[in-house]
Amino acid sequence: MTAEHEITLTVNGTARRVTVPGRRLLSDCLRHDVGLTGTHVGCEHGVCGCCTVLLDGQPVRSCLTFAVTVDGREITTVEGLAGPEGLSPVQRAFAECHALQCGFCTPGFLCTVTALLRENPAPTDEEVLEGISGNLCRCTGYQNIAKAVHRAAELLAEEA
Amino acid sequence: MTTKLFGEPVQRREDPRLLAGHGRYLDDLGSGALAVAFVRSPHAHARIRDIDVAPALDVDGLVAIYTWEDLPERVGRPLPLLIPHPALTHGRTAYPLARDVVRHVGEPVVMVVATDRYLAEDVCALIEVDYEPLKAVVGLEEAAHGAALVHDDVPGNVGAHLVQEVLSAAGRGAAEAIEAAPHTLAFRLDIERSASTPLEGRGVYARWDGTDLRVYSSTQTSTSVRMAIAAALGLPLPHVEVIAPDVGGGFGVKIVHPWPEEILVPWAAMLLGRELKWTEDRREHFIAAAHERGQVQHVRVGFDDDGRVLGLDVTILHDHGAYTPYGIIVPIITATQLLGPYRIGAYRVEFSAVYTNTVQVTPYRGAGRPQGVFCMERTMDKIARYLGKDRTQVREVNFIQPDEFPYDQGMIFQDGRPLIYDSGDYPRMLRMVKELIGWDDFRPAPGRGIGIGCYVEGTGVGPYEGGHVQITSDGRVHVSTGLTSQGQGHETVFAQIAADRLGVPIERVSVVTGDTRRFGYAVGTFASRAAVMSGNAIALACAKVREKALRIAGDALEADPADLTISEGLVHVAGSPSASIPLSTVAVLANPLRYAFDEETAKATQFAGTASPDRPPVAEGEEPGLEGRGYYSPIRSTFAAGMHAAIVETDPLTAEIKVVRYVVVHDCGKLINPMIVEGQIHGGVAQGIGGALYERMAYDADGQLQNASFMDFLMPYATEVPRIETGHLETPSPLNPLGIKGAGEAGVIPVSAVIASALEDAEGIEIDRMPISPSELFDLRGG
Ligand code: FES
Ligand code: FES
Repeated sequence: MTAEHEITLTVNGTARRVTVPGRRLLSDCLRHDVGLTGTHVGCEHGVCGCCTVLLDGQPVRSCLTFAVTVDGREITTVEGLAGPEGLSPVQRAFAECHALQCGFCTPGFLCTVTALLRENPAPTDEEVLEGISGNLCRCTGYQNIAKAVHRAAELLAEEA
Repeated sequence: MTTKLFGEPVQRREDPRLLAGHGRYLDDLGSGALAVAFVRSPHAHARIRDIDVAPALDVDGLVAIYTWEDLPERVGRPLPLLIPHPALTHGRTAYPLARDVVRHVGEPVVMVVATDRYLAEDVCALIEVDYEPLKAVVGLEEAAHGAALVHDDVPGNVGAHLVQEVLSAAGRGAAEAIEAAPHTLAFRLDIERSASTPLEGRGVYARWDGTDLRVYSSTQTSTSVRMAIAAALGLPLPHVEVIAPDVGGGFGVKIVHPWPEEILVPWAAMLLGRELKWTEDRREHFIAAAHERGQVQHVRVGFDDDGRVLGLDVTILHDHGAYTPYGIIVPIITATQLLGPYRIGAYRVEFSAVYTNTVQVTPYRGAGRPQGVFCMERTMDKIARYLGKDRTQVREVNFIQPDEFPYDQGMIFQDGRPLIYDSGDYPRMLRMVKELIGWDDFRPAPGRGIGIGCYVEGTGVGPYEGGHVQITSDGRVHVSTGLTSQGQGHETVFAQIAADRLGVPIERVSVVTGDTRRFGYAVGTFASRAAVMSGNAIALACAKVREKALRIAGDALEADPADLTISEGLVHVAGSPSASIPLSTVAVLANPLRYAFDEETAKATQFAGTASPDRPPVAEGEEPGLEGRGYYSPIRSTFAAGMHAAIVETDPLTAEIKVVRYVVVHDCGKLINPMIVEGQIHGGVAQGIGGALYERMAYDADGQLQNASFMDFLMPYATEVPRIETGHLETPSPLNPLGIKGAGEAGVIPVSAVIASALEDAEGIEIDRMPISPSELFDLRGG
């Protein structure tokens, strides 16, 4: 039987204490131990980006991260992107530009794009493509996702 | 009048939930359920000598292990053959768990139940299965050769063989017409395997309460899964409910049912009296779900000096993998939809569908059409090249003309009905696509080429769909339909239809799909049929509800229902909004009550004075409630069409291929929501680009899938998909009240043909097999 570890994660601003075996993936921990199922799992080998969450603000693949290795760290999942006034500019831009269909890849894109625009508030077309090129979407063909990134940049600038 | 929503780019009603991370996909449900995992065959073809579970029995958290021997007779039977066809003389389906022989890598052999998925997989790793490997049959030609057999009792590996022939107007067969033609060409065209590959895999979650079974499945057809489960488990239908929750993409693969897991998980949930859940992982999806596309096609064509096709003979070799649960729908669609927008003199098509020791083949978005269109469009290009003509000219002389509709192609389509095109305007569409890409001004240069591809797509196949519409006493409209959603925006487009038809704001309309508790009769979501089928059914249901609302309001307002209209949720005399009654009140009056539970409902009680004492509260032939059902069952499919064109550039040294422009002109009849249709096209084209340049299933000679991961199966990222420019043409379908045609598969269908056409133009080399990689292009150049 694998040893259990007690760890504390700050998820979307709330401290969560969980007991997990050393091999527990962060994706499974968030989804099944913390109960936040917005983070999705599309491959479990680090390629699709569905499982992307923000770890201390940086996008990481939660399927390639053991939960025990992020003890004490801050995690933002898709559930934590909206503010008290509702959906974030990135989320609203995705709706406006029809940047999602089945929505399975969407949480990963939202986390990725949120970090991208924090770093680079006015990306060029090239930079947008580059920025989203680590996430797979099987539904949209990406065109509207790229459009949504630009639109989110606009909204963020307007609301700054 | 409420603003018209039909035809408007209304924002999606499903988005707020999905964007907030509040979607409910299969694995988001059942947090307390036991986990299921499977031991799957590592061999493409082997006899099972022995299964030893003893080494696994000590794993903490193990609940149960099942092999085929443990299954009751009914559960252990071969899975159903969903679409029998007289030409499928040797249909074969798998057992839910392998019995004696495994026929592809990934076939389930042992089912394990444990307290958590990690532990279930630990158990799987410890179970020892002793296999005697048998010769694996891999690849179409090896299968057709028939030296080794996939199924002992299927000689030559041939599952099905079908010939369809259409004579020319002069009564000639294809062979004769080709013989007599001034020019003839013969060639071979290959398309590799690919797969739907939704980002969410399959999954099943079952709960049994001692009387009733509730199953959630990531499926494209919950009603049919329900019937299949009831039959396999011997349960009366009313005691089984199946729900498709949010589904993370389908693209065809999830129309197959019942999957072994859809039978086994509910069965074990009943046996154990516990909630059970199985969530497919990515490798399982590659090796245990389904693939499509793989076909070899031999073409002979005879034509005149203008490029007019006089006779066409196509022989197709189709790989249906190890089993045929979905019958031979894919090659039937190839054979019939190959004809595209053209009137072909005489046509003969023959296909053989053969078994191989690989994953089964069932429809993937496009469903046989990409192969057929590749055939026909390559043929058009080759004729043009031979005659030294412009490729669009050759297509033009072969087009069916706008005044020839309905046009009978003389064949039997996938719905078992005649292949009759309902409407279209192909010459106009060609003008539009040429203009959009600038065909006539394009200057070819070495390493730069332009290509085109045309297709016709039979959409909205029957037999039927239904819709239920209910207005509740709070004035809200509840719409349900039995077919399922996997991202197509049904909650939005069906709400648009209902809001328009009932004169209510869209915010008051909610839509439920794929939940048999709400609507039990349906076929499913495939073949670009959802909008056509359920859209029209919901419109018909709305008409009934509207008529009833007007009648009740007419009584209350003492007005002739014919003078009444509904807007913003108020029924009023047209032109005089002062005399009005809200639909919420109409809903109350529609249901005579004995008991009141709030102020509104008090109006419907026996002393409220709202009902005439001279008539029964519910009139004869009437039903209480403001609700209605409608069913739409078309006489035959409706035919959408499209033409795509692209400009590609190739690198002179590395042979890297870049699609610099991609344009689409599409006709799906009336558009309900142009934003959503456009999204469907973008996504389809992206999958088409994947199929043209990147995606293939790399089986080795032993039947091992070498690229069963996202690391090695190359799906396009944002950097691989060109910007797509779109134009729409609307020729309404005369077959249905809304005048719509399907749009879901359109984008993907001609892409391989278009890219091949453009590459051939750029390189001056004939491109006869797809996908094509830079190294293959490099080799074609002669290294
Ligand atoms: S699930 Fe983590 S990258 Fe695919
Ligand atoms: S929206 Fe379905 S995978 Fe991206």
